[in-house]
Amino acid sequence: MTPLDQTPAAPRRESLDVPTVTLAHGGGGAAMRALIDAVFLDAFRCPELKEMNDAATLALRDLAQHGDRLAFTTDSFVVDPLIFPGGDIGKLAVCGTINDLAVSGARPLYLSCAVILEEGFPIAALRRIVASMADAARAAGVAVITGDTKVVGRGACDKLFINTTGIGVIATGLDLRPARVRPGDVVLVNGLLGDHGATILNARGDLALTTPIESDCAALHGLIDALKPAAPGLRFLRDATRGGLATVLNEVAESAGVGIEVVESAIPIRDEVRGFCEILGLDPLYLANEGKLVAIVPEAEAGDALAALRGHPLGAGAAIIGRAVARRPGRVVMQTVLGGERIVDMLVGEQLPRIC
Amino acid sequence: MRYVDEFRDPAAAKALLAQIAALAGPLAEARGRPLALMEVCGGHTHAIFKFGIENLLPPAIELVHGPGCPVCVLPMGRVDDCVALAETPGVILATFGDAMRVPGSRKSLQQAKAEGADVRMVYSPLDALALARAHPDREVVFFALGFETTMPSTALTVLQAEAEGIANFSLFCNHITIIPTMKAILDAPDLRIDGFLGPGHVSMVIGTAPYRFIAENYQKPLVVSGFEPVDVLQSIWMVLQQLAEGRAEIENQYARVVPEGGNDRALQAVDRVFELRPFFEWRGLGSIDHSGVRMRDEYARFDAERRFAVPDVRIADPESCQCGAVLTGAIKPWECGVFGKSCTPASPLGALMVSSEGACAAYFQYGDLEALKERGKAPA
Repeated sequence: MTPLDQTPAAPRRESLDVPTVTLAHGGGGAAMRALIDAVFLDAFRCPELKEMNDAATLALRDLAQHGDRLAFTTDSFVVDPLIFPGGDIGKLAVCGTINDLAVSGARPLYLSCAVILEEGFPIAALRRIVASMADAARAAGVAVITGDTKVVGRGACDKLFINTTGIGVIATGLDLRPARVRPGDVVLVNGLLGDHGATILNARGDLALTTPIESDCAALHGLIDALKPAAPGLRFLRDATRGGLATVLNEVAESAGVGIEVVESAIPIRDEVRGFCEILGLDPLYLANEGKLVAIVPEAEAGDALAALRGHPLGAGAAIIGRAVARRPGRVVMQTVLGGERIVDMLVGEQLPRIC
Repeated sequence: MRYVDEFRDPAAAKALLAQIAALAGPLAEARGRPLALMEVCGGHTHAIFKFGIENLLPPAIELVHGPGCPVCVLPMGRVDDCVALAETPGVILATFGDAMRVPGSRKSLQQAKAEGADVRMVYSPLDALALARAHPDREVVFFALGFETTMPSTALTVLQAEAEGIANFSLFCNHITIIPTMKAILDAPDLRIDGFLGPGHVSMVIGTAPYRFIAENYQKPLVVSGFEPVDVLQSIWMVLQQLAEGRAEIENQYARVVPEGGNDRALQAVDRVFELRPFFEWRGLGSIDHSGVRMRDEYARFDAERRFAVPDVRIADPESCQCGAVLTGAIKPWECGVFGKSCTPASPLGALMVSSEGACAAYFQYGDLEALKERGKAPA
């Protein structure tokens, strides 16, 4: 990885006066510098980026004030379309990596931003997406401190891909793992499920459906900060992204060696998403979310956990949806609206490609 | 959600289940075995599993999951032919999503796509026609699948292509018709079906008259059923009611969608474009007379089988697969030797494991085998 910023102390700036990205913008020369200056540095305004180092440096002492373990995660974003109701690939790339850190129990601190651009991509769209990344990072109190830009020929990638890597620090004593889940523990979600998946599918425009559904894309670390003191015995958190709620629950059941029983009528799904799924034959339990998490807490803390989630704007629709049980370890079983039972299995194949 | 929630009402379901239990007990006792009811349509199979209906029914009722999943009954050779079309230079193959993973003898469409074939997923045959308009330099072939439910939209798309003079659009026609297959099931020597839930969407097109022979010649009741759980339960109750009263009639539970006379305009479009094939091969069931349609000679230019050199592959079903026995209700999915072992939804051997409407995939993904065992419906 090379740093985003190679700007010399007294820069001779070339202006970025072309409408589209060309291979020259990835060539390492003046055009690339102009692109980085005018788009990335202008948006991120981060002192670390100005330091001309090959790597951002972080003082261990500063990190250590937040806890005793680093959390380190990476995610690539290839969502199609790039801009959709409720967000865009930039916001998604920031929130998605923040959420991966936050559900590991970490305080998210730093992000990298690597972009792969297809030749011919409009500069104006790039500016909009990078500005959206910067806004999301600023709102989350996270700094983008290193990055990389590559340009590939037409057809070698589809418009724009983004990779973000995140670093956070986990507070001493906090231990969130599926293996800590015990029979009797209670399963919560922080709100309506399936909005992101339905939004992306609909935004592709080939369904000719009109819906008011928007992506739920949001950074969840603030919500998690509110949850932690209310549920000191918090066992496990995970954001329900690709594969949706069903996938997260199956992963927990398998790793923890417990059964998970959920109640269909308790799972919050908005009518528009239910209708959307009915028409298309999709199961909302498998639809992706970008601002929803699954929390598992000891039974005694469930009430307080629910109240804490509901007290935060990103948890207003929180609900208790089920519990971990000793019966049928490794299996997720749903009590249907009729009172019947069915297995909720892992998704086979893909429900929808390029959802994030 | 209107038109959905009222048909998923737990109180209505509970009331129906109580009446079903009261009727089924004595009927099963009189026969010395559980009543066997076949839901013909894969949409019903899906609903039964999605809502956990099978475990709510009394042990006196055994559901047999019928052949009404067009993806499941597609023979492997037809998939191979379709893959060959997809791999023909210049061709864009347009298909419904659920046909992507159906295994051919060499590969599925999904694998062909990964290897470079231009396979596009569409939601309607009209989307395939739009592809043909957008790519006049390419040949667009639509993988036409399904019963009478989807036949009219395919036929109307062909008529639209004709009206617009679109020359680069054709069908690989695999449309099938349910009535001859129901007759084949009824003629099976080991028939043990006491009554049928008839397909709802097929009947929306063909009406209820084509089923009359089932009541008149075979003395079996059939109730055309909707797809919501209360629909399914009410239809089961209506079949039991007939059995209890010694009647065998064709009844229509799904009257809010299915007109007794079907849809005349849809049938006219189908009749204009398609004609019966002398026979068509069904996976697991073998060749059944007059069970498929092909394009009439007037529309030969829209027929991919005449436009391209389709290999016309014939592949025997894998010997280890017992899809046919499952389809006719002779065995339960879990009684098949490869179920859940070498045949799983992730790598299906038999087509019943592919589609979410296939009985094996439904049992594998949704079925609580332990609960069925507790009820004595599965081997320990």
